[in-house]
Amino acid sequence: MTAMPQMVGLLNGLGGAASALVAIAEFYRLLGEGTVPLSAVSTAILGSLIGGVTFTGSAIAFAKLQGLITGKPVSLPGQQIINIILFVCFIVGSGLLLINPLNTTAFLGITAIALVLGLFLVLPIGGGDMPVVISLLNSLSGLAASAAGFVVMNNVLIIAGALVGASGLILTEIMCKGMNRSLPNVLFSAFGGAATGGGSAAADAGDKSIHQIDAEEGAMMLGYARSVVIVPGYGMAVAQAQHSVRELADQLTKKGVDVKYAIHPVAGRMPGHMNVLLAEANVSYSQLHDMDDINPEFERTDVALVIGANDVVNPDAKTDPGSPIYGMPILEVDKAKNTIVIKRSMQPGYAGIDNNLFYRDKTMMYFGSAKEAVAQLVSEIKQL
Amino acid sequence: MAALFVFVLASFAGLEVITKVPPTLHTPLMSGANAISGIAVIGAMVVAGPDQLNLTVWLGLIAIVFATINVVGGFLVTDRMLQMFKK
Repeated sequence: MTAMPQMVGLLNGLGGAASALVAIAEFYRLLGEGTVPLSAVSTAILGSLIGGVTFTGSAIAFAKLQGLITGKPVSLPGQQIINIILFVCFIVGSGLLLINPLNTTAFLGITAIALVLGLFLVLPIGGGDMPVVISLLNSLSGLAASAAGFVVMNNVLIIAGALVGASGLILTEIMCKGMNRSLPNVLFSAFGGAATGGGSAAADAGDKSIHQIDAEEGAMMLGYARSVVIVPGYGMAVAQAQHSVRELADQLTKKGVDVKYAIHPVAGRMPGHMNVLLAEANVSYSQLHDMDDINPEFERTDVALVIGANDVVNPDAKTDPGSPIYGMPILEVDKAKNTIVIKRSMQPGYAGIDNNLFYRDKTMMYFGSAKEAVAQLVSEIKQL
Repeated sequence: MAALFVFVLASFAGLEVITKVPPTLHTPLMSGANAISGIAVIGAMVVAGPDQLNLTVWLGLIAIVFATINVVGGFLVTDRMLQMFKK
């Protein structure tokens, strides 16, 4: 279940590839008959473009999520210019093909360019932006199916493709809103690279102190609280800690603690990632709360327990206009009376910036892998 | 031209239906939509139809394999996820 995002990415790529192949195959069929009508050429171009981009883009997304290649943004020097040149070549190739539909070299050329464009589109995008990429690719694979539908003139394909395209688009939109960034910004800014690393924040981190606690103290804080809000992040997914987290919540509930979960829209690597994991661990639906619901609640919360989340709880996003994530809506755990952060180390999160939250007086750091850390908390709470 | 109308109308229908899905179900929604995009298998069957073997048929065959994996895999994954939401 943890491998879900890459699974979706992979299947998506296959769908895109299938659509591209349909477009290409139809083009060759018409070529064999000697006449390729203009409408068929233009739809074949669209089909191979969208399908090709979806195929290689998804393949890269899969490789990144699976850890086959680095999750960090990778871009060549002058990436933007290379992309523009490729795109211009694509347009020229399409033009040639429209003038002379029997020009197979041009067709193969633009198909190859589409494949390369897919690579270059996803490579510069970092792991944390994956929810956007996955839903965008999903949308594209729908559009690719639709384009294939235009090529073979099949209404079922067009309709189903359009539905998928629309749903992917909405999800993409929601994900972008969750990060307060526009789609072009996500796609073209190579966020979290060396250029925007937020060096100033990391540099002055040295002289700040953190409060570290162990399982026993953590269990005391949680066990004697009246209300606890759990904030899961990608760290929980990686450590597969959802079952331990559920157990922790059960123990707390038994002690009369009011437990809720706060889900940030872009927590994890795909839309709704946290919801699926928690549902797998049989966490009841009604305990999961969206960002807008839960934010006003933090003021009344005794302990906010952050498990493997970082950037989505970084208060700098609200207060520091110089921060690369300034303006991104966050879960306001800093408003809770106490905050416990379970984290493997002080490593910065995906955005590569330091998190001011960790140095606050009310914040307790509990270092460890999410699964073991939570399991220890559970056993300590049982002894309370 | 008629196809274009169909496309636009279907897009509107899609937008209208899907904006109502709660965030909790976004992952199953996405993987379900993903499975549906494997509908390209129909297109693949259409192009792989002719009985003389040529490039088109071969490409169509590969497309059928890919799209079928997409459909079957996509629906299996979605089903597994939805099972978890069933209480």
